[in-house]
Amino acid sequence: MPKHFAKEIKMKRKHKRLTFVAVALVLLGASTAMFLSAIEENITLFVSPTDVAEKKYAQDRGFRLGGLVEEGSVDRAGGKTITFSVTDLSNTVPVTYTGILPDLFREGQGVVAQGRFENGVFVADEVLAKHDENYMPPEVAEALKKSGQWQGQAK
Amino acid sequence: MIVELGHFALILALGVAIVQSVVPMIGAHRRNAVWMASGNHAAIAQFLLVAVSFACLTHAYVTSDFSVVNVVENSHSAKPMLYKVSGVWGNHEGSMLLWVLILSVFGAAVAVFGRYLPPALKARALSIQALIGVGFYLFILLTSNPFARMIPPAPDGQDLNPLLQDPGLAFHPPFLYLGYVGFSMAFSFAIAALIEGRVDAAWARWVRPWTLAAWSCLTIGIALGSWWAYYELGWGGFWFWDPVENASFMPWLIGTALLHSCVVVEKRDTMKAWTVLLAIVAFSFSLLGTFLVRSGVLTSVHAFATDPTRGVFILAILLIVVGGSLALYAWRAPQLRSTGLFQPISREGALLLNNLLMGTAAAVVLLGTLYPLFIDALTDGQDKISVGAPFFNAVFIPLMTPMVVAMAIGPLLPWKRGDIARALKTLWLALFAALGAAMVAWMLYADRSPWGLVGAAVAAWLFVGVLTELAERIRLFRVPLADSLRRLFNLQRATWGMTMAHLGLAFAVAGITGAGAWKVESVQTMKQGDTVNVAGYEFRFDGAEQGRGPNYLLTRAKFTVSRDGDFVAVLEPEKRIYPVRQMPTTEAGIHTLLSGDLYAVIGDPKGDGFVTRIYFNPLVVWMWIGALVMLAGGLLSLSDRRYRVGAPSRSPRYAAAQPAE
Repeated sequence: MPKHFAKEIKMKRKHKRLTFVAVALVLLGASTAMFLSAIEENITLFVSPTDVAEKKYAQDRGFRLGGLVEEGSVDRAGGKTITFSVTDLSNTVPVTYTGILPDLFREGQGVVAQGRFENGVFVADEVLAKHDENYMPPEVAEALKKSGQWQGQAK
Repeated sequence: MIVELGHFALILALGVAIVQSVVPMIGAHRRNAVWMASGNHAAIAQFLLVAVSFACLTHAYVTSDFSVVNVVENSHSAKPMLYKVSGVWGNHEGSMLLWVLILSVFGAAVAVFGRYLPPALKARALSIQALIGVGFYLFILLTSNPFARMIPPAPDGQDLNPLLQDPGLAFHPPFLYLGYVGFSMAFSFAIAALIEGRVDAAWARWVRPWTLAAWSCLTIGIALGSWWAYYELGWGGFWFWDPVENASFMPWLIGTALLHSCVVVEKRDTMKAWTVLLAIVAFSFSLLGTFLVRSGVLTSVHAFATDPTRGVFILAILLIVVGGSLALYAWRAPQLRSTGLFQPISREGALLLNNLLMGTAAAVVLLGTLYPLFIDALTDGQDKISVGAPFFNAVFIPLMTPMVVAMAIGPLLPWKRGDIARALKTLWLALFAALGAAMVAWMLYADRSPWGLVGAAVAAWLFVGVLTELAERIRLFRVPLADSLRRLFNLQRATWGMTMAHLGLAFAVAGITGAGAWKVESVQTMKQGDTVNVAGYEFRFDGAEQGRGPNYLLTRAKFTVSRDGDFVAVLEPEKRIYPVRQMPTTEAGIHTLLSGDLYAVIGDPKGDGFVTRIYFNPLVVWMWIGALVMLAGGLLSLSDRRYRVGAPSRSPRYAAAQPAE
């Protein structure tokens, strides 16, 4: 193979590689931009009832409220709309939810509700319970620890 | 006794794996044929030992041996036999045993089917495979022993988590693990190639079937999990972008990229270092997935009780594998020389674009999944956040849309240098189909969100695009029909595999779009005789009755569905209570139509009625059909005779010189 020809191939290869590096960079830039804008809008903060009492939450956006379902607080009188209270045993927040609660929703058990505050009531659009009855969401355990009411341990 | 035998067999397997990780590697270095060949025997021995171990645990489950802690915690004498068996892997310890079993199956498969592999490459790959095994055997034996006894034995077991007592989920973990662990083969071959400093078409031919097998299993594993979530959790959804789901999805994305780049290495002898890197990354993601699921570092709706020390152990394995392999890669990859040249607009270019998009998508999913951890660490535990489905949809869908659009174009481009204008001209019919589908969607569904229309358009575009490519391939209407048919029957199975996998994706996109964008939901309290109209279907609630199953009590409701007065279906959703764990589960009542699923769930009794939730999920069945078609494509491609017959040529240029397809 003549020397100048080999050199040409080498140049071409560099050139070609550059094209893909450029494509990759554009993709990286675009996805970073998308990532940043989407994450800004779509992260939800986790808030405990004590945080709510101390007004430590963003008023204008949704968040996740976590704690225990207060014993005796579940009221199904409203038909498909259910009200209950979420507590970290120091403070309590009233919650309403329309729909079917997850199977493992129980009084005295850990729960995470996603939604927003409207007129002093937390209106949940999603209530999460876990797949395992021994499981305590780490955030709920944390909230209980913060309020000094933590007993036992998440298995 | 049998239980101790299982434990002992596992310890022996560890011993064999240690030998297998050292001796063949040294043999390959010294070119000692006997030492190299020892890898084969060790791999088969390892498989037999783990199989014995697994059989022993299964025996303990089947006979309900309640002197074994693991059986007590996850089984019950009244449980149906299917779930006694699936209970073996329906828990942490047993699932890790399944993991090493599959690892050893793959190792033994290389030993048995790899007769024509270059001995040194094979010896090194088996060594690496055994090294991974050593890590996981130690993990099981030191932190998660499934054979631990309890004295005195328990009178009966605590039952398997009722949510897991389901046929869909019984086979979800084995397939998922076949996928995860299958990527270990690509990984072992990649590391062996790095040590040898050589990657050629023959190497790609060896890696591709393993990757294909792993990818097919992972595809069906993810689909099974998604299907299970759809009918068992009763939320009417199928994918929640939950960390545990993402953990299985990231290896799938990278595995898909790897599958495509292997084609380029095999046919064009280029993109070698990149392919090796993808093989490393794919397996790293599999390990990361195991770590995320098993350690409980992330809050997940799917989280099961976890133990932090185990997380640390898997993290250590993960760091060693990723750190070690990337260091080796940095050192050796520059030696992998590529010969094939190509223009950006070419088949190679299109496949590389696929890789870049898949890689970017996996990176974005990874960042989104780990973001809560970063924030937690950065704010010292003050800010707990979660990143939910809206984020992933906002990022992932825009990335996948160009990918699907490009999928129709790529196969129409020739190798080396292509003409995009010409390819696009060929696709005129696909363009019409896309516009037509968007218009139909606009007229048919009340929700006219842009992504719904885009989804409909790209699904139709891809579907017609793939068929167009097939028509081009057999020169339909350009040569006599008989000629075209002959060409059709002579197509290689790998080609059929690609065509079907791509068609499967078109179906899946349609299903995801339908169920994601156009779902109709209605929640209400219903008394016997009440009707509710959802998406044009009348659902009449015919009351509920009590009953009992093998190991649960149930409330079964009955809905009669009709449309314009004509009977369509009866739905019988259930609410079950498993007395052993005092745990309720929901069984959705589903009737599947090609146009969508009728889906009903009952909640709590309310006076003399029930809270009911009724969905119409348009097109959702196409998602499962799509997954099955993709699987069929993978298997068909796997059966291509080129992967079965004879010794692959070590000469890359001539191996690639068969007519480009």
